[in-house]
Amino acid sequence: MSLWNNYGMNRRHFMQHMATAAATVPAMNFLSHLQANADVVKSKQKACILMWMGGGPPTIDIWDLKPGSKNGGEFKPIDTAAPGVQISEHMPETAKVFGDLSLVRSMSTREADHGRGRYYMQTSYVPNPTVVHPTFGSVVSYEIGKNRKALEIPAFVSVDGGAGQAGFLGMTHAPFVVDNTGRIRNAPTEEGKARLGARLTMLDEIESGFIKSGRGELPKAHQDVYLNAKNLMTSRQMAAFDVAKADAGLGLEAESQATKDAYGTNGFGQGLLMARRLVQVGVPFVEVNMGGWDLHAGVFDTLKNQRLPQLDKGISAITADLKRRGMLENTVLVWMGEFGRTPRINQDVGRDHWAASWSVMMGGGGLKNGQAVGATDKDGVQIADGSKAYLPGDIWATVAMAMGIPVSTVHTSKRGRPMKLANGGTPIQELIG
Amino acid sequence: MQSGRSFFRLFGSLGLVLTLAGFDSNLSADEAKKSEEATVAAAGAEVPLGEFIDQQIRQGWQDNEIEASAAASDEEWVRRIYLDLLGRIPTMEEARKFLADESPRKRSVLTEELLEHEDYVRNFTTVWSNNCIGRGAPQRVSRTGMEKFFREAFAKNRPWNEIVVDIVTASGHYEENGAVNYTLAQMQNADEGVQLTAMTARLFLGLQVQCTQCHNHPFNKWQQDQFWEYNSFFRQVGKIDHRKLDPNTGRMVDDYSEVVWQEFSGPVYYEKRSGVMQVAYPRFQGLEVDPGVGVDRRVEFGKLITQPVDGAPPQIAQAMVNRTWSHFFGYGFTRPVDDMGPHNPASHPDLLERLSREFVTANYDVKELIRWIVSSEAYGLTSQYNDKNKIDDPGAGEVPLFSHMYLKSMQAEQMYDSLIVASNAHKSGRGGWGAQEEQRRIWMQQFVVAFENDENDESTTFNGTIPQALMMMNSELMDKACSVERGSFLFESMSSPGNEAQKIQELYLAALSRNPTKTEIGKVQKMLKSYGNQKLMGYQDLFWALLNSNEFVFIH
Repeated sequence: MSLWNNYGMNRRHFMQHMATAAATVPAMNFLSHLQANADVVKSKQKACILMWMGGGPPTIDIWDLKPGSKNGGEFKPIDTAAPGVQISEHMPETAKVFGDLSLVRSMSTREADHGRGRYYMQTSYVPNPTVVHPTFGSVVSYEIGKNRKALEIPAFVSVDGGAGQAGFLGMTHAPFVVDNTGRIRNAPTEEGKARLGARLTMLDEIESGFIKSGRGELPKAHQDVYLNAKNLMTSRQMAAFDVAKADAGLGLEAESQATKDAYGTNGFGQGLLMARRLVQVGVPFVEVNMGGWDLHAGVFDTLKNQRLPQLDKGISAITADLKRRGMLENTVLVWMGEFGRTPRINQDVGRDHWAASWSVMMGGGGLKNGQAVGATDKDGVQIADGSKAYLPGDIWATVAMAMGIPVSTVHTSKRGRPMKLANGGTPIQELIG
Repeated sequence: MQSGRSFFRLFGSLGLVLTLAGFDSNLSADEAKKSEEATVAAAGAEVPLGEFIDQQIRQGWQDNEIEASAAASDEEWVRRIYLDLLGRIPTMEEARKFLADESPRKRSVLTEELLEHEDYVRNFTTVWSNNCIGRGAPQRVSRTGMEKFFREAFAKNRPWNEIVVDIVTASGHYEENGAVNYTLAQMQNADEGVQLTAMTARLFLGLQVQCTQCHNHPFNKWQQDQFWEYNSFFRQVGKIDHRKLDPNTGRMVDDYSEVVWQEFSGPVYYEKRSGVMQVAYPRFQGLEVDPGVGVDRRVEFGKLITQPVDGAPPQIAQAMVNRTWSHFFGYGFTRPVDDMGPHNPASHPDLLERLSREFVTANYDVKELIRWIVSSEAYGLTSQYNDKNKIDDPGAGEVPLFSHMYLKSMQAEQMYDSLIVASNAHKSGRGGWGAQEEQRRIWMQQFVVAFENDENDESTTFNGTIPQALMMMNSELMDKACSVERGSFLFESMSSPGNEAQKIQELYLAALSRNPTKTEIGKVQKMLKSYGNQKLMGYQDLFWALLNSNEFVFIH
């Protein structure tokens, strides 16, 4: 018995039907909201690019050098475009654009474990077994993303990341994780796209019963994520992920080799270049990850030869590029990891985990840049006398203010507990002017 | 005495034993007291474990003034038990067979069958290999070796204490003694055994001590010196990464790795926050080990972890009970499941204690532990809330009361295996165990995100977000599942006799292990109508939709 005979079909017929099916199956209206209003999604929208340094970067060797101290290490400080602010000699290009960047040199956080530190720095809250706090990108997605009606791709994109959770704000605000090549895995084929409308109509019908069956929120969240996925798959804004693609309507050009080289032909540089394109099409929060900072051994060689040249290129390129395009005023840059590293150099010429006194870099976003806020003492082991210590909540409150999210915003956890934005942090006065 | 004993037996189980001593005038006051204690103990033992589990869980409902949901239907339960025990949905035939069975004992009969199924071994091998070495590809670790070790362990149902001791004391070639891969995976950095120390505590003892490496724990009783005392057990661990000549290229390439014993005696040194150097000798939970030359400290450690502490069951038993409970319910007695201790009280402490004690008495029999859990009243409840248990929502942060089953998201491996089963691909010869594992392993890598740090942690994008949705909607795996090639499920179903309603029913059974309702059949028939003479495409889309549905992706 053959399958096809049951239905009066043979294989050839079947293939023909497959090919023409798109025209005959119902509910193809998902393509109708394609045309994005390019004017709305251009440079005036607020955005944040988080450069996440997984592993915990040694900020004492990058942003807050201690020449003359036993903890000082091998590198020398150099002057920057910001009067009085010195950074590492291995960050020469960044030094040139430092008028648009700032440092907060008196971070004093309390978590020196990778998982806990990452959670704390990204959410402003210490881990708590009864609640999952949203990472700040999810907060931005929730607060700003929902108002960007023309945005069809997720409002929070993470390049090479994956740790952040949306927590009580819901799965639809979770980071969309892509790798730095911008290739979206399992994107639909043209044939797949053609059948999607009919399939999704059927899916809606089938899963509505389970949603109404009294099994909590998850079944509905599943449906919401599918809606986001569908919007993404069929969106012209997908071009933002592919640096080789041009779309004049969206203000995207195919990136030249010179641009790619300027950002650095490594994962971090290419991730930043993609981030700029995503901001161009209206994505309000992009996280770009650079790993390899857990330098318990051989810290100076690794920094000098590998990490810092890439970092220097990436930061200087994104700063200059955003500025040239008139986007820097509206795009706040944040550079941080889960903690800093011990001032003391260990027996393996490495530095270990250290949360008591370290630096975060910020920039753009209309902040009062070109300065270093706060200071550590001469050996870098504690916050200097008279200097205010800052928490992650203060950094994110500053970002919130720069992006126009009211600092007084309070969210509600699933248990009905009020949760202050950025754990009630205060915008850093010197930066907001 | 004879009459006294039967009296004990009669009233013992009712808890009325305290008055009994007075019945035997021959007993002195002391003896009476002893007898009384013995009776109380005997009375305690007379509440069978199964009953005790249900009592303890019911107590929680009562204390919180909630009522349990109804029992799960056979359809809901059969899918759940297959996914939890075998890591995949039941095939259409398996579901049909169970649903047609009218025996009142059919749930326990099926449980026994599944515990003897080869996919039980495969499933728990996957779970524990992931726990031990992660899903990524740590350097110089043989997943094949790790899986081989667990496969043998679960196939023989080896006692859990022996498994753990084998793992924490393992030496040798990473494929000949697969247990060493746990240790190799924690040796990604030259870190003096710090990661191995922290992971062993978390995974096998349910204790989080990693932050005490640098300072006293902020809220549990672990101190920095304890971390290093405990770390000193792992300082004799060495590894050799062997290389060999590739005859084709003439170059040296990686060969196997092995864990070896290395000489280490005396104390370890660590630094206080103040910068003062300290020493720590091998000591675990108050028990000391000779720090001298020639003592294999890991062997000693293996002995210590199986000993009771302050009268409580060994921590390895408690940790395994907590994890296993959480495997079936989605939540353990503590949150997170690997952070136990006085600072983080258990939701059902007496139940945890009794289960752990019985687990030890049962010679750490993992299958027995599973039997206790899945035959409990709570495991057999539906995942639907009722009006009286809305507050039992651990997803919102509440303490789990187990008054209804909680939804669990399928793990990536479960999804892969379930799609294979739903589409009949398991019948068309996927090769042996090795070939199957290899295919799944390659597929898995798309979801793994490694964090490149000394805690060796990783995350997955198979977490209910867009990447998972895209895989479900568009991947080659889904294309295959919905294929109408000869041998596929759709092919078989469509080419066998039956009317439209019967076909729809088969698709529901294959994907969701249940029959569609009349309303559902009606709705689907209406939708199929719009496909005109392209019905087959309609069925294909229907199967796609069933496999993409929330009901498929959740274990409920």
